[in-house]
Amino acid sequence: MSGWRGHLLTACLLAGLAFLYAPIATLVVYSFNASPMVTIWTGVSTHWYGVLLHDPEMLRAARRSVEIALLAATGATIIGTLAGYALSRFKRFRGRSLFTGMMLAPLVMPEIISGIALLLMFVGAEQAFGWPHGRGVMTITAAHITFCSAFVAIVIQSRLAGFDTSLEEAALDLGAMPATVFCLVTLPLILPAIVAAWLLAFSLSIDDVVISEFTSGPTSTTLPLVVFSRIRLGVSPEINALAAIVIFIVLGATTILTLVRARRAATEFA
Amino acid sequence: MRDGIPHRLGRIASGGLGRRLVIGLPALWMGLFFLLPFLVTLKIAFSTSIVGIPPIGPIVTMTDDGALQLTIHIENWSYLFSDPMYVVAYVRSLFTALITTVLCLLIGYPMAYAIARSSKRWRLLLLMLVIMPFWTSFLIRVYAWMGILKENGLLNNLLLWLHVIHQPLAIMNTQWAVYIVMAYAYLPFMLLPLYATLEKMDLSLVEASQDLGARPFTTFLLVTLPLSTPGIVAGSLLVFIPAVGEFLIPTLVGSPGNMMIASVVFNEFFNNRDWPTASAVATAVVLFLLIPIVLLVWLRARSDARAAAAAS
Repeated sequence: MSGWRGHLLTACLLAGLAFLYAPIATLVVYSFNASPMVTIWTGVSTHWYGVLLHDPEMLRAARRSVEIALLAATGATIIGTLAGYALSRFKRFRGRSLFTGMMLAPLVMPEIISGIALLLMFVGAEQAFGWPHGRGVMTITAAHITFCSAFVAIVIQSRLAGFDTSLEEAALDLGAMPATVFCLVTLPLILPAIVAAWLLAFSLSIDDVVISEFTSGPTSTTLPLVVFSRIRLGVSPEINALAAIVIFIVLGATTILTLVRARRAATEFA
Repeated sequence: MRDGIPHRLGRIASGGLGRRLVIGLPALWMGLFFLLPFLVTLKIAFSTSIVGIPPIGPIVTMTDDGALQLTIHIENWSYLFSDPMYVVAYVRSLFTALITTVLCLLIGYPMAYAIARSSKRWRLLLLMLVIMPFWTSFLIRVYAWMGILKENGLLNNLLLWLHVIHQPLAIMNTQWAVYIVMAYAYLPFMLLPLYATLEKMDLSLVEASQDLGARPFTTFLLVTLPLSTPGIVAGSLLVFIPAVGEFLIPTLVGSPGNMMIASVVFNEFFNNRDWPTASAVATAVVLFLLIPIVLLVWLRARSDARAAAAAS
């Protein structure tokens, strides 16, 4: 790649990265603005971080979101890993196409439709069996596990697809039971993919608005729901402060993960 | 060996309890929380709206002589076609998704190309940079644009200050805002499959084309672009499908007058409390959007597999 074409390509890349990062940068910059008007700069201040940290509604919602995301990510990792294993290793069983469709359909289903369908079922179940009593942490967690499982399944399936089966075969030849092989050989080998899938599920759950809107009750308002209802009324510097905190956490976590991975690669190399 | 798994592993595959558990647990969960809800929705789409909690009439009733009577209401479905609101919202959703897909392709292709052709050391870093915004909250990324696009927002202030414009642009609460923010939010879904295809591409074909005297643009048009079709198709589907059902972005930055199909469903459900009509619209979206796309992808995969089988 030489000459002006290479430069044009670099310019496109830089412009694209600017497009991706400029909005995020403005959020962080304006979170330190003293003015209550989000877009008029009056001076540097951490006032809005203080407001945020003394906002009981936000704090309660944040705690609830983390609790739900921990539960949902763990549940989805169990179900999705089993499903991903079944999808990549069991080539023939009765109802396989139904199983595949059901496991992967949440990936393409508009959230609003999954949300309505779940709400209608919960209402119907309450009418028929008296359970669940209204909607709350339980229903929202079940809903999150459902759509996160699809993402976990696809991650695990693609990891297993490019995976050397000779180790599993060797264990079987040496007389190990299939369940033992799964626990002692397969699981450790796909552990990095499982961790990645758990992280993906956690971030999907803690970020979800639409499905949560339908499956949450008055006692289980999550952080994205609070943010959504507030920003419908317009921009506010307190939300900027929250956004900046989220961005710092993501930035920190990705940097740490990258460093850990780089170090591990270096030690394996040495 | 037809399946490509060694026969020893077939022992796991033919195992009893463990295998049943591995398939059964996910199947049970998804059946209960994914399939069953859709069957319930389908049932409600054929019932009638009543004033009550929940606002749905029964479709199976007991008659006086003790027989069960099945009453199917199709008026919810006739609304869908007689009231232009639904069709207009559906067509607008398709159009918006199409614009979003084209914008993502125009922005994403040069970026993916540049990353795929950069040196190996840069490639991982650039890929990280592209994915990172995707890990921050979707809602927050949309919110960032609200501060930029609104009438006294950052973009207008900047342009006024630069004397490019003399009146603030009215972008917020128009379809333009929806297109911009959707292209922004969906860009990674386009970029990653494009990158994966471009990175794997055999560069000797490009060289051959140039050696034979094709100009760079001709080479791009006749060699690179056709070779990257799988990435373009995959990326476009990943953008188009969720974009049709997008709810948050049109709600936050679009105009209430330009409702997309998801907002129509939401309003029927929460504002009008018309659950049967909302269910009918939801079912119709699945019928008219998802099933054709899934069939298309499935047929394509099958024909690809046949072609591969014929070639080997």
